[in-house]
Amino acid sequence: MTRISVKVDGTAYEDEVEPRLLLVHYLRDHLGLTGTPIGCDTSNCGACTVDLDGETVKSCSVLAVQADGSEVTTIQGLAHDGEWHALQKAFHERHALQCGYCTPGMIMAARDLLRENPAPGPQEVREALEGNLCRCTGYQNIVRAVLAASGQEVSS
Amino acid sequence: MTEQIAEPEVGRSRLRKEDARLVTGQTNWTDNINVNGLLHLAILRSPMAHARIDRIDVAPARERPGVVAAFTGQDLAEGLGSLPCAWPVTEDIVLPDHPPIAVDEVRYAGDPVAVVVARDRYAAADALEAVEVDYTPLPPVLDLEAALAEDSPLVHSDKGTNRCYVWPLATGESYAAVRERADVVLKRRYLQQRLIPNAMEPRAVVVTPLAASGEYTVYSATQIPHILRIMLAVVTGIPEQKLRVIAPDVGGGFGSKLQVYGEEALALAVARRLGRPVKWTESRSEGYLATHHGRGMIQDIEIAATSEGRLLGLKVDLLADMGAYLMLVTPGIPILGAFMYPAIYKMDAYDFTCTGVFTTKTPTDAYRGAGRPEATYAIERIMDELAVELDLDPIELRRLNWIRHEEFPYTSIAGLTYDSGNYEAATDKALALFGYDKLRAEQADRNRRGDLVRLGIGVSTFTEMCGLAPSRVLRDLRYAAGGWEAASIRMLPTGKVEVVTGTSPHGQGHVTCWSQIAADVLGVPFEDIEVVHGDTRAAPQGMDTYGSRSLVVGGAAVHHAAQKVVEKARKVAAHLLEASEHDLEFTHGVFSVKGSPEARRTIQEVAFETFSSHDLPDGMEPTINAEHLVDPDNFSYPHGTHLCAVEVDTETGLTTIRSYVCVDDVGSVINPMIVEGQVHGGVAQGIAQALYEEAVYDDEGNLVSGTMADYLVPSAADLPEFVTDRTETPATSNPLGSKGVGESGTIASTPAVVNAIVDALRPLGVTEVRMPCTPQRVWEALRSARAADGSVRSGEEASA
Repeated sequence: MTRISVKVDGTAYEDEVEPRLLLVHYLRDHLGLTGTPIGCDTSNCGACTVDLDGETVKSCSVLAVQADGSEVTTIQGLAHDGEWHALQKAFHERHALQCGYCTPGMIMAARDLLRENPAPGPQEVREALEGNLCRCTGYQNIVRAVLAASGQEVSS
Repeated sequence: MTEQIAEPEVGRSRLRKEDARLVTGQTNWTDNINVNGLLHLAILRSPMAHARIDRIDVAPARERPGVVAAFTGQDLAEGLGSLPCAWPVTEDIVLPDHPPIAVDEVRYAGDPVAVVVARDRYAAADALEAVEVDYTPLPPVLDLEAALAEDSPLVHSDKGTNRCYVWPLATGESYAAVRERADVVLKRRYLQQRLIPNAMEPRAVVVTPLAASGEYTVYSATQIPHILRIMLAVVTGIPEQKLRVIAPDVGGGFGSKLQVYGEEALALAVARRLGRPVKWTESRSEGYLATHHGRGMIQDIEIAATSEGRLLGLKVDLLADMGAYLMLVTPGIPILGAFMYPAIYKMDAYDFTCTGVFTTKTPTDAYRGAGRPEATYAIERIMDELAVELDLDPIELRRLNWIRHEEFPYTSIAGLTYDSGNYEAATDKALALFGYDKLRAEQADRNRRGDLVRLGIGVSTFTEMCGLAPSRVLRDLRYAAGGWEAASIRMLPTGKVEVVTGTSPHGQGHVTCWSQIAADVLGVPFEDIEVVHGDTRAAPQGMDTYGSRSLVVGGAAVHHAAQKVVEKARKVAAHLLEASEHDLEFTHGVFSVKGSPEARRTIQEVAFETFSSHDLPDGMEPTINAEHLVDPDNFSYPHGTHLCAVEVDTETGLTTIRSYVCVDDVGSVINPMIVEGQVHGGVAQGIAQALYEEAVYDDEGNLVSGTMADYLVPSAADLPEFVTDRTETPATSNPLGSKGVGESGTIASTPAVVNAIVDALRPLGVTEVRMPCTPQRVWEALRSARAADGSVRSGEEASA
């Protein structure tokens, strides 16, 4: 067992974990932060995407011990004082989710895109979200939502 | 007094009530569930397609740290019956035993052979490696045609055949007779590759037992909590009243969670045996083996027509891959398609035969569209081939043959009565949005120039049957259950409302749409309505969600139940207002006396008065709650015209979708935003079949495309923008006028894309490209065409 200290969504945790424990299982099973789901076992789907010290990672591909001393932000830490993040609002307003299983990862990946590129074009959004799979929406409304969250005009 | 609403809710793009939890991560997926003492179940699966289990020993696994128990199939055999097939389509169907865990023989790679139960999921997974199994390999059965040969190895040796059933349907004139008088007869073979549904949430099940009273709560990522409860009672012998099934948040289904799975029965059996709560969550790669697949058919289709292009008859011979076992509705999937091959076209004869075939592969069952995409693909592909043969524009050939809008209601040659539709209107709108003539002109120009990147245009004018289903029709098709749906409405004392539905949503937005429907009938605010679903104790009656049935049947039930509430409330209001019921008007939630509008009671006030029951009409039961069950008297028939333009690079074989236009007629619409979203997702899944996806098995029966890294679920970068529009021809079979939209995009889009690809390459001699039309397949089709000297346009070699 290895001792780690991690700050997740603003709360500091110290835990003894198996070195092989995946970050996503640490979040879900140890901390009860089940907002971050698991969609695959090959890091293709991106459902488990979180922010690790300002970098977007797929938390199924990171060990919990690698997050030692780090800050993690998940979908559950995006809203502030009950106010949703612009992407959360845009996903709701643009109907960018149906079952919602991919949504946490989509929003975390889109947040990363908008940090790097505050006004992306539609094709740039599509390419940036290539590592996040959605089976419900056909992506069109996800693209619209990301563009809307960036403050750009979007055709409805 | 509560403020009353005025603007109708139905028809508005209401933002979804479901979203708040989903965008903030406050979800309740089955795998999120954690309870005291929870044990984790892991399943050892057969690494071989077909083998005899000579010896199996789970004792070493029991020694591993954290392991609480381990069981073989033999250990669990007592108290675990065969998994059910609810749709034995013929009287003499071959119906093999299907134990939830194999006892002496495995019949597909992924068939469960042992389970381990441990304190955490890592320990459970580790311990699987300690289970010892000796197998004797048996020959796999992989090819549908070879499986039917006399000397084929057998999937179920006790049955003496791999032929599961033969299901014929012949209607109208004799096909042989119309073939005699036909000027043109085309025959084609189309292959429907196996697909893996890939709902984003992997399956999961949690069982919490209350040992003392023998009660069990089963949480499952399922589309069918009600059906699952009944079937688990049958499979395990646990009395139905002691079982409660809950479908919490469910992350997509597409048919793959319309199932009674072995893992659900195993988790229940193990929880019962140990008296401890148990969880099983599949990994994605495990799901690729263990969650049922879709499609998997060989379609031999023959069409007979006059030289002017009038269709005379259609003959379809289908081989349908059942996989290793018959699951809940496995045999019925191709039969749903049987009625759709004639599609929107008039003809004199129809001859259909489906042969179900066992193979040593993962069982097949419902996948978005379920039989209808396959049918639509075959008829829409061969219509394009016939148009070429007759030198007609594909749209013109369709116009010549489709049912005209003034001919509805129309009984199709397959015997379905299409109640409404307007194929002309949808097609005209689609052609205009697409710029059809301009694209054809560009295509001709580029073909003349010999452009290396060819433009192709694909047409699909589809219809489908949904709103499953009239119970008597299901009886005639030998389906075990009915097709009704239930709703009840609880008027709460504070004036708020609970709508209880038997449908079980997993992304469709039932909570929002059912609120819209109830708000209009009851005249209460949308925000004041909650929708209860997916829990057999809270929503006790239901037939669940599949086959684009929820709105058409379940939404109609909500509408009727709300009307019953209003009628009960009218009696109370009349009593309170000392007026005759006939003198009361009800608008926007207010009862008022005709001629004296100041005499009024809101429906919320009536709800409270009914709760207190201080002053009800003599003899009245103190409730205005109501329930209603709808058994539809017909299917509903969405239709539409989808047009696809592709650019195909003849050097690399790469297909790029340049534009995609769809005009769908799904009848009256409750929430246009949600309908558009359903169309987007459906079209994406149909395109995925056309271009990207295939479950590939090797010669030994191993699933080669066994992970998400090997099976191409398209990303945002792989898909185009869609142009969507609608025409509205209301359905006449339900009070909402709605036809359903869950599957239409998937049904329509696959042939539109493949027709476009073949259209692009036809001048180069290509007449067929096998799905998925990967760059390699396209390139190979081009190469074969060139080898056959480019100009060949015979259809007969197009198959294979």
